[in-house]
Amino acid sequence: MYQYDEYDQRIVDERVAQFADQTRRYLAGELSEDEFRPLRLQNGLYIQRHAPMLRIAVPYGNLNSKQLRTLGHIARTYDRGYGHITTRQNIQFNWPRLEDVPEILDLLARVQMHAIQTSGNCIRNVTSDPFAGVAADEHVDPRPWCEILRQWSTFHPEFAFLPRKFKIAVNGAKEDRAVIQIHDIGLDLVRNAAGELGFRVLVGGGLGRTPIIGEEVAAFVPWQQILNYCEAILRVYNLHGRRDNAYKARIKILVKALGVPEFARQVEEEFAHLKDGPSTLTQAEIERVASRFNDPVLSPLEQDAGYRARLAEDKAFAAWARRNVREHRVQGYASVVLSLKPYGVAPGDLSAEQFDAVADLADRYAFGEVRSTHEQNIVLASVREADLVALWQDARAIGLATPNIGLLTDIISCPGGDFCALANAKSIPIANAIQDRFDDLDYLFDIGDIEINISGCMNACGHHHVGHIGILGVDKNGEEFYQVTIGGRQGNDAALGKVIGPSFAAAEMPDVITSLIDNYIDNRQDGERFIDTVRRVGVESFKTRVYAERSARQEAKEAAHV
Amino acid sequence: MSDIIKNGRIQADDWSVLRLAEGDQAATVALPAGRVIVPLAVWQARRDELRAKAEAGVLGVWLAGDEDPAQVAGDLSVLPVIAVDFPKFADGRGYSIATLLRTRLGYGGELRAIGDVLRDQFFFLVRCGFSVLQPREGKYSAAQLRAALDSLQDFSEPYQGAVDRPEPLFRRQPRNPLRKEAA
Repeated sequence: MYQYDEYDQRIVDERVAQFADQTRRYLAGELSEDEFRPLRLQNGLYIQRHAPMLRIAVPYGNLNSKQLRTLGHIARTYDRGYGHITTRQNIQFNWPRLEDVPEILDLLARVQMHAIQTSGNCIRNVTSDPFAGVAADEHVDPRPWCEILRQWSTFHPEFAFLPRKFKIAVNGAKEDRAVIQIHDIGLDLVRNAAGELGFRVLVGGGLGRTPIIGEEVAAFVPWQQILNYCEAILRVYNLHGRRDNAYKARIKILVKALGVPEFARQVEEEFAHLKDGPSTLTQAEIERVASRFNDPVLSPLEQDAGYRARLAEDKAFAAWARRNVREHRVQGYASVVLSLKPYGVAPGDLSAEQFDAVADLADRYAFGEVRSTHEQNIVLASVREADLVALWQDARAIGLATPNIGLLTDIISCPGGDFCALANAKSIPIANAIQDRFDDLDYLFDIGDIEINISGCMNACGHHHVGHIGILGVDKNGEEFYQVTIGGRQGNDAALGKVIGPSFAAAEMPDVITSLIDNYIDNRQDGERFIDTVRRVGVESFKTRVYAERSARQEAKEAAHV
Repeated sequence: MSDIIKNGRIQADDWSVLRLAEGDQAATVALPAGRVIVPLAVWQARRDELRAKAEAGVLGVWLAGDEDPAQVAGDLSVLPVIAVDFPKFADGRGYSIATLLRTRLGYGGELRAIGDVLRDQFFFLVRCGFSVLQPREGKYSAAQLRAALDSLQDFSEPYQGAVDRPEPLFRRQPRNPLRKEAA
């Protein structure tokens, strides 16, 4: 992964000093609550339900073993023994004390980490494909571009106080795993007819209260110009985005208000002044940044006979390999997903011991590196086939080998009402109740690929709009209810789900999911995934089934009481 | 008279900022005596009358966040001071307005941040081309303002180009590739 040079390190060190002083002034009463809020937010520090929450940046999901051990140490020393991976690949701690945060940031800086711009109305952590650099379907490695964008956006003086938060994602593969269509700027690495590299630029995607799929504003921006083009977008947004209403302040609202052609025209007009200016990228700079990734040099290996033999004779191993092991672009290697979705644990949580253990796995099997994923799991990008059995056994011993990647129990969930001050309803207990209901692995395999996403409020941190099944916590007269959508999806054909009808009480949710799944099983054709069946037969069929079975349950319950 | 930070130094300041109160008309509002920074609307309504004062160096203009700096494009050589108002420190439009004044329009005179101007924004403000930082009167004690000068040096080598240093770090400094160790 990217190794800091002296300048990277200095900026992070200077940030630690700056924030220590800001915290000191706040605690001394020199900074008001209102004045301190954006400063702490731009350091990822929220004041939450129980305590401050600290969100640490994991640039495009890349972590090394030393960093993991530091995170384990932080979990153990300053938190209650665990951390949480977010849907934007960052790591959150829910229990640090404000007074300890400068010290935590200092520990992070020593391993080339920080919490810069993980919240606040600024450019946030750039996200990307967790399989970047190793995916078989990748045409350009997005990581150097992510790093260049990270550096450009870090403390950008003009864009530190935008109308609202601003998220950028980059994809360089055939299948978009960075969900670029739901980002403020989605960058797709493409080649033009002449074979030159550039970016297709999408703008105005986002979830939250007003979910919108991003639209293309430029079909091809040459790579040299990408910072200039982004600057043009950000300047138009900074000057003209709404500031009178936080719910209408994202760039998507501006793009909708102006219309894509007019928005694109304004960006082009601004870009005309910036094109070929000082921020124009050079081949030397791209090569320098790429060189600092220090990737292992992998030569193709013979396919491993032991691995293949084990697949044939060990059903449990084969199940894990089928769900959690992915093709690598170098023969003899594979990518492995460690599941953070075992039964009864908050999706995306890692204990202090697991942080350390994952660091050990990374050192032993994966060149010391891991990636955090948007789905809240951990990826070991490059593992020798010959090591897969041993890795599986070790991962099992620490509870990270649940063979459920992409299955119903691999649920994306925000922290929800148990932790978050914004939430209308709890998320984690719903995820756990659904996991409890579907605890038969063979049945999960039979159901196949399906994505359930849960958000505790309309801010949509759990990305419920793009889940095949989306669950949204809502407040109904002070009680927690859940609205269900189906038909959403991420990836190349990103789409927003449709609400199936009135919301449900928490206790009903496992039954609701059962009705949806039963309807899928009854209607599916050969090889059809849940989402394909929803698309083919339509929402109505699922809706009818869910509410008919709900009425039947209620009648049965009433009859039992007579 | 309040203290300001001008080009990195604290000094006393004798400019006053005219803000239109309810009922004030741009065309008729009385101007205070002495050096004054007037709203764009006043300048536009009375350009002929005020031009001599601007040329004499005793009258400037301030822009609100929703005012396009191109509206003073023809006056830049006349105006000794242009101020940009920050109604709230979290309203970041002024950073883009300042950047446009300096880079697009080529304004070389005094550029002053007024309104809700806080020390934790000083670094960004200076990077965007402000030469004078004017916190609200009474916002900071003399000692606090002195301490605030440190904020101007929060980051010694920022990554990206801006008005103060137009070239990004990769053009300003030699940055080294990583020397590959044998795998």
